[in-house]
Amino acid sequence: MTRLMRLVAENPLIPLVGLLAALIVVLEVMQPGIVSPFWIGNTLRVAIPLAMLAACQTLTMLTGGIDLSAGTVATITAFVLATLSPLMGIPEATLIALSCAVLAGAVNGFGIAICRVHPLIMSLGTGLIANGCLLVYQRYVIATGTLIPETLIWLGTGKTFGIPNGLAMFVPFAALIIWGQSRTGFGRLLYAVGSNEPATRLSGVRSWQVYLALYTLSGLIAGVAGLILLGLVKTPSLSLALRLDLPSVAAAVVGGTSIFGGRGGYGGTIVGALILTVLTTMLTLLHMPEGARGILFGLIILAVTAVYIRLTERG
Amino acid sequence: MNRFLANNGWSLGLAVLLALLLVATKTIQPDFGVSGLDTLGRSALPFALATLGMAVVVIAGGIDLSLASMMAVSSVTAATLMNGATDAQSAVVVVFVLVLGAAMGAVNGTLVVVTRVPDIVVTLSMLFVWQGTALLILNAPGGAAAPWLRALSAGGVTLPLVPDVLTTWLPKSVVFLLVSMAVIWLPIRRSKLGLMFYAIGSDGLAAFRSGVPVGRIKIAAYAVTGLFAALGGIAVTMSTGIGEPIPGPYLLAAVAAVVLGGVVLGGGRGGLVGPILAVFVLRLVRMDLTLMSVDPNVTTIVEGSIMVVVVMFGGVLAMKGRRE
Repeated sequence: MTRLMRLVAENPLIPLVGLLAALIVVLEVMQPGIVSPFWIGNTLRVAIPLAMLAACQTLTMLTGGIDLSAGTVATITAFVLATLSPLMGIPEATLIALSCAVLAGAVNGFGIAICRVHPLIMSLGTGLIANGCLLVYQRYVIATGTLIPETLIWLGTGKTFGIPNGLAMFVPFAALIIWGQSRTGFGRLLYAVGSNEPATRLSGVRSWQVYLALYTLSGLIAGVAGLILLGLVKTPSLSLALRLDLPSVAAAVVGGTSIFGGRGGYGGTIVGALILTVLTTMLTLLHMPEGARGILFGLIILAVTAVYIRLTERG
Repeated sequence: MNRFLANNGWSLGLAVLLALLLVATKTIQPDFGVSGLDTLGRSALPFALATLGMAVVVIAGGIDLSLASMMAVSSVTAATLMNGATDAQSAVVVVFVLVLGAAMGAVNGTLVVVTRVPDIVVTLSMLFVWQGTALLILNAPGGAAAPWLRALSAGGVTLPLVPDVLTTWLPKSVVFLLVSMAVIWLPIRRSKLGLMFYAIGSDGLAAFRSGVPVGRIKIAAYAVTGLFAALGGIAVTMSTGIGEPIPGPYLLAAVAAVVLGGVVLGGGRGGLVGPILAVFVLRLVRMDLTLMSVDPNVTTIVEGSIMVVVVMFGGVLAMKGRRE
């Protein structure tokens, strides 16, 4: 029994994957025949943008921060791309849209790294400003019409032999992040800054550079996530990714990343995003009023996190 | 005198800013007067109450992301129960909603203490829970508010025996705010409980070793936040006359005003006067921009920029102070 506990504590992914499997089994019992290759493909397709936004939260949470502007940045990137494409061509529009995302990330980075503003406040403020800019921008482009590049629709909604095309982009992305967080200097610095910032500073790390690079990267990831989401939803709206803001934090938290920094990783977050997506499907199937679904969703997230913290603390 | 200045510098700065903004408003709109103040007070009331709630829990070292959802639960409960009730019954309803608010806050606090999950995660989950509860109580905006309750925040103050000229400039909504603040916060601030809020906020371990029952005090802080959230929900029902199941933009605004008001995220420092001034500064900026017929979307940009710039400025000041 102790050995089992230690195994679980050392490999936090095991209970998460177990929970995911259990949820899928419950789903199959509730509605026999629902779990099929078609369903799996759809679930993955919906989970990919959420998992990408949750990457922003995971990386920033490793340093003890958070990026609440991720949803807004994703929305802006998608909207700018869709409205500029008919005017100036797809490559240029993509470039401009992604520069907006990087710019928002860099503003976050500037405030957090150089002015030492609390990440929660800074990203909240940047999100507000960016959202205001989006609304003003929207007034001037309303007449131009929108165009969604075929590539994005292929990536977001297309399937090849039942496997969502989005995976062609997401698998390398996830591999890069998981490799980067543990095998590169930058990744290890994130953990170091998150566990003990004064110590890293005394060891000669310029932590402001880490923050600046991190939040800029987070902006870029949010932008790309917005583009994939645009390919999935196929209508650029002013609230495209806003409803994913809090779930992306929840996915990272359920995936075992500590909000205080220094612990966790992207592997858990991916499983966390899948758990949330399966959970949403399950709650939709229950034919409950919307309110009751919200209550269950919140309680389950809380319960999973509480149990998870207990399990990993033992070791 | 110097000590007073040093301790209240931030609030005094905000008060000066507020005064300047009032002068600016008068310049932009020469008719700005009693009715303008009344509009300002009424629009700021729910924001101010939400901010008070957030400030208390932040001082005690937590944060409550479910604040706006708790306001929604209080608002729909009040509006549903008051629909068709007599004056006496609706007074009971108000008391019931206040107790309900404190109970919701206590649930949040208990979960934080018992599960040992970080505050921000617990209240994020509870945001979904309370939002769902509000939708279960009332599926769409509806219900009603008692007329006497609605009259409580509209117009200026009139006192018997005092000429109206002296008192009508003071909006009832501002009086409502000050009274609720004085009744709830002053006794707490002056008692051991308030001291313990600050103690667990600045250093939980040190507080524990000095014999503060950290868990119970944290629950109490969350309960006070819930109480203010209930007042905020009642204020929403008071100004609109109906219950609103979808949470308004109060959460982000409250966090912004709390930080702008000089309360440090992480706990232990700041008071409730700064955040209240910050609420009025933010609402007045919004009102001025509307008076100057600026696009309301630009107003959002300006509001966000003010918040970010002021906080950045504060951060730079704090860094300089540390170096010296």
